[in-house]
This record gives sequence, C-alpha cells and structure tokens, in this order.
Amino acid sequence: MNLFDLKKGQKCRIDKIFSKGSIKRRLFDIGLIEDTRVECVEESPQHDPKAFLIRGAVIALRQEDCKNILIKDLEI
Amino acid sequence: MTKELPNDNITVALAGNPNVGKSTIFNALTGMKQHTGNWAGKTVSNAKGKCQSEKFEYTFVDIPGTYSLLAHSPEEEVARNFLCFKNPRAVVVVCDATCLERNLNLVLQTMEICKNVIVCVNLLDQAKRKKITVDLQKLSSLLGVAVVGTVGHKTKSIRPLLNVLDDTVLKENGDYLKINYPENIEKALDILSVPLKKLAPDNINHRWLALKLLEPDFSLSQEIRTFLGEDFFENDEIINAKAQAKALLQDDIENAVAKALITKAESIAKEVVTKGDNKKELDRSLDSIFTSKTFGYPIMLLLLGLIFWITISAANYPSELLSDLFFYIQQKLTALFNFLGAPDWLHQSLVLGVYRTLAWVVSVMLPPMAIFFPLFTLLEDSGYLPRIAFNLDKPFKKCNACGKQALTMCMGFGCNAVGVTGCRIIDSKRERLLAILTNNLVPCNGRFPTIIAIITMFLCFGNRAISSVFSALILTLVILFGIIATFAVTKLLSKTILKGVPSSYTLELPPYRKPQFAKVIVRSVFDRTLFVLGRSVAVAAPAGLLIWLLANISVGDISVLQHCANFLDPFARLLGLDGVILLAFILGLPANEIVIPIIIMAYMNTGSLTELTSITAMRELLIANGWTINTAISVILFSLLHWPCATTILTIKKETGSIKWTLVSVVLPTLLSIAVCMLFNLILRFV
Repeated sequence: MNLFDLKKGQKCRIDKIFSKGSIKRRLFDIGLIEDTRVECVEESPQHDPKAFLIRGAVIALRQEDCKNILIKDLEI
Repeated sequence: MTKELPNDNITVALAGNPNVGKSTIFNALTGMKQHTGNWAGKTVSNAKGKCQSEKFEYTFVDIPGTYSLLAHSPEEEVARNFLCFKNPRAVVVVCDATCLERNLNLVLQTMEICKNVIVCVNLLDQAKRKKITVDLQKLSSLLGVAVVGTVGHKTKSIRPLLNVLDDTVLKENGDYLKINYPENIEKALDILSVPLKKLAPDNINHRWLALKLLEPDFSLSQEIRTFLGEDFFENDEIINAKAQAKALLQDDIENAVAKALITKAESIAKEVVTKGDNKKELDRSLDSIFTSKTFGYPIMLLLLGLIFWITISAANYPSELLSDLFFYIQQKLTALFNFLGAPDWLHQSLVLGVYRTLAWVVSVMLPPMAIFFPLFTLLEDSGYLPRIAFNLDKPFKKCNACGKQALTMCMGFGCNAVGVTGCRIIDSKRERLLAILTNNLVPCNGRFPTIIAIITMFLCFGNRAISSVFSALILTLVILFGIIATFAVTKLLSKTILKGVPSSYTLELPPYRKPQFAKVIVRSVFDRTLFVLGRSVAVAAPAGLLIWLLANISVGDISVLQHCANFLDPFARLLGLDGVILLAFILGLPANEIVIPIIIMAYMNTGSLTELTSITAMRELLIANGWTINTAISVILFSLLHWPCATTILTIKKETGSIKWTLVSVVLPTLLSIAVCMLFNLILRFV
C-alpha cells in the first residue's frame, strides 16, 4: 500500500520511502522518514492532493509523490 | 575561543520555519513593516532592521523561512550561507509552539552551524488554544541554549527576548551542537576533520563542513571557493582525507543524517510538549467545509463575490463625496487663478490638466482600493489562501503547473508585481515561469476600480442596492474569466515553449488564525493602499499634463491627441474600442489606474462637456462619445487581459533575469487581449 491509499481519517506508519531528489529532502524537512506516524486529514475536492497530519503539521501531497511512499500498520 | 567584545552594532540573524510569525517578531523588534500573512514563503530575501535593547544596538537580519538547511532551494541557500559564512553574533530561531517537533529540526541544524543560538517559541497563544503546552525550561536544558516564549503580535512579549539576547552576547561563546550519527559516519567525519582543522577558519564548524563535503550532491562548492579560497578543493590533504572517509560510507549518508536529526527532534519534543485532550479540532472542521467536495469551490466563489460586493457597495458613497469635494476645490482653484490674473494656458494646463486627472484618480480609485486591500489582507491573514491552492492543485496539475501558482495568482489580486515576486515560492524553474507569465491575467488593484466603474456605468445602471449585488456578480464572472484564461494560457505554455511534467512539491496547510483586524486595516491602508495611490498619483500628474498638452497643441486643424487617436482608431475599432481608449491603455502603461481618467480627459477636451461631478455625468460623456454596452465589455476584456503595467514588467525582468521572458510576458497578454477582443466583436457582428 502507498500513502495515497490512506483514506480520510485513517492512520498509519511509513514503511519505506523511494522518493528521489528534491522531494526526498522536502519529506525530510517535514519530518517524514521510516516509522513516522501519519494521518490522512483531508482530501481535495477532486481527491488529489490529500492532506496528511505529519508531526503536528498538515501537509498536502500529490498522488504521484505519495506513490513512492509505502505504508504499514494501517489503523482504520 | 575568546569572546570578542561586543561593539556598538551586533548582527543577529532571525531564522525559522516558514510561517511561524518570524516577520511579525522582526517587525515588533525593529518597528519595520515587513509584509506578513498566514502562508509559507512571504520573506524571500534578507531584510535588515535595527533595534536598541537596554545594553546594545542590534541589527536584525530576517533571513528567509526554511524548514531545514539541508535542501537546495534558493531561499534555503540564502539562509544557510548567511548563517554559515556571515558569522552573525547570535541566531534567534523562531519556532511555532503548535508544531514544535518539526521546528526543532531546524533548531538542531542551526545549532550545528552557529554557536550562539536562542530558541524563541512563538505563537504560545495559539498553542494554548489548542491545549498544547511547552515546557520551556526543560527545552532549554535539553538543548543547552536559552529559550524564550513569545506571542508575536504582542510587543510586550518581545522584551524578554531582548534581555536574553543581551545575556547571550555578554557570555562566552557557546559550542556547536554535536549530533550523534551512526558509527561509520562518525569515523568518516573524524578523518575529514583533521585537514579541515588546519585549512578552514575557526568560525566554521569543521565537523559540519566535513559532513557537507561527504554529501553526494554537494551544493556548497561555490560558497566554499568564495569564502575559503579558490584552491580549497585542489588541496591534497583534503582530497586524500575525503577519499578515505568516503570509503567508510556504504549507504546514503543523507538518509542517515536526516534520520539522526529527526529522531533527536522527536525525542526532545516528546519530553517537552504535552498535548491536552482536543477531540475535534476547529481547524479540521473548517477544512472539512472549505475543502469539501460539495462546498469547496462554491465557497471560493462566494467569498470572492462577497469581497467584491462589499467593495462596490461601500465604495460608492465615499467616491461621490470625494468627487464633489474635488470639484469644489477645482472651482476655488479656478477662482484663485482668475484672481491672480494667471494666463489662460497656465490655468488650463494645471487645473484642467494636472489637477483634474489627479482628482479623478483619487476619487475613482482610492475608495475601492482602500476597501478591497484590507478585505483581501484579512483573507490572507486567516490562512484561507493555502486552502485555495489545495482545492485548485488538481486543475493546475492538469496544466502541468504547480498548485502554489494558486497562491501567487491570489496575490496578483492585490498587485501583480507582488504576485510575480511571490512566485519565488515555486521551486521548479519551469513552473515558476508559468506562474510569472500568467500572473497578469488576474486584475490587480489598479484595474479593479476601472472594471468596477465601467460595470456600474454600463452593465448595472439604476437602483443602487440591486445594482451593487449585480455588479459584484458580473465582476466575479470577469475574474472567473481571468482565472480560466490563467489556466488556458498556463496549459498552452506548458504544451509549447515551457514543456515539462509537473514536479513534486509539498504544500503546507497552516492552522487558521484569527486575523488582527485593527492591525490589518491600519497596515493595508497605510502601507499598501497609500503606497499604490502614491505611485498612481506620481504617474497621473505628469500624465494629466501630457494629455492636456496633447489635446491642446494642434498640428494642422486638429490636436496631437486627435491625431494619435485617429491613427489608432481603425485598429482599435476592430477590438471594439476607439482610438482614445487604446491610447489611454498605452499611456496607462506606468499605472493602470490612470486609464479611465485619461479617457475622460481626452473626451472632455475634444467634446463640449466641461463639468463632471457624478458617475451619471461620466456615463453620459462616454455615451456621447459613442460608447455602447459592447464597448464597455470590450474595454473590460482588454483591461483584464492586456499587457502588464511598467512596475510589473520591471519586476518580471528582475525575477526572470531574462529579456526574452520579459518580452514574452508583454507580447503574450497583448496578443491575447487583441485576439479575445477581436473575436468578441466578430461574434457580435454575426449575432
């Protein structure tokens, strides 16, 4: 499962990050590394991007960028 | 290291994540008026300001807000280079108390580079509302640096910060923070630190420099050559040590470094932050409405319409009042000139030329501007704009553009030049150009009043209460057309001269904040409205004189103005305009605000009307000069889509650093406005 499979209200942990280049550093900036807890808090009217609660901040990510982020420990 | 004696003027850097109230604190400290607003990326270059504490005079440098010093965006490089190579005496890292953990990441990175760090935990009031408490004392002891709590917009809460700063400056220099990295990295750092100790100056942390040198995509080389000497990288000792150190590293050093920092921030945050029971957060409920599938887009339109309606209905009365007042003064001025026996040409050029144009600019432009600006700033302050970006991201992605373009587009409503500068928040160069080149397609404050005036005169003339609602509706449609044009042109560009795929990015949705009404109104009226008005007055006065001269100097039988207008007329007719209107748009290049006044001046000098006190009289004047509803719509379309004003063009030149793109930014909307107006009038002919 990747991060975009997370539905509004669901929580999970990050399993693996395959992102490369500048987006990888952006993810570090917001504190997104393996084992980080994430909650999906919002979906845009057209379902993409989705907004996630990451370490106390709400960050929107596009589907393409979520696909490189695998998740685990899904809580529904 | 020995302590330098503090001299008269001490440089202190103000660092922090974007949107943590850094600019607010900077303003409170220095009494300056940096623009603030609730979204990430307002401060784009270093701003400086002075501040006197009890003991010293400080120069505060507000460096751009960044999430970290690891990445390679322009603002992050500005921030990192300042901290690393300009040796500020101390660094205040401003943190958001509601989101301390992520902010600590930057604190830790700053402490690796700078010795005297002070942590300023801001927005404590908001944290309290969210039932978040931060143990400042514990944070101070865990980090080993001074920690101050502040509530940014309360000037009183700034004083403790200055006291702590005084203490820090008087004390011995602290030490760099040492983060524990995995063993192989530590060994590599030890190896590389040996030659660095000899070769690099003392005021740079050698351990940190070693870490940077080992990164795979190293971005510091230019700075190191500048500050440490051109031949730094050719040194054998460095080359050898680097090779040895690199051999020890197996996997991605960047991952390991980021992980060490984030884990450390996490463990500190765990100890100092306590979150109370806050079941259903207000922010989440608001977001559920503002970004909902059903209401998201309607609310955006409704808010836009509401702002226009308030602007239009509230601007009517003061506009008329000002116009009456100026006309009264004009009569007195005329009387004065007659009394002094001034020659007729002097009276005419100064009173009928300069003064009357000025009076028009102020009475027609000032009221809508003075109402729209604060309303827009309130929206900006509340944190709603990033939600617009969130909602519009998918459409922008379909145009191969960045969702943050929605933010810069919104800023364009205030001023296109500001919108163009704001495009710096977009990382990808291609996407930034898309945003810059299309920014002009939303009307700025200088064009709103023009469009409003024409709508009121021609499209909704009559009952005031009904017409203001109707005017707002039409204006909203006009803006919607501008937004559709933005998407269309963005798509066109990204399929032709700016080809590419949308790049990755993260968009932060900050917590909503209650706007500080009084402050917003004062700020937006004095800083923005009066600034823009001042600029248009400065342009209007000479333009008034010029237009009077053009209208009164005759070559052959007719005036120069008429010659120019006649020359432009055949072409202008194709666009549904006339020669005078097109001439006004050309002369209005320095500031769009003066377009309508020029049209009026030109008509009045050639026609028989000499007195103009109300919008009714203005309408009659325009009708007498052949205006119809179709002319009005053509003028609105042309005003919406035509070339940017001079200030915006100069800003585009500065931001793109390219004459080619600046030319594109002028030619593209010019062609677009001509095409759309021609098409509109062609269709009319067949309907």
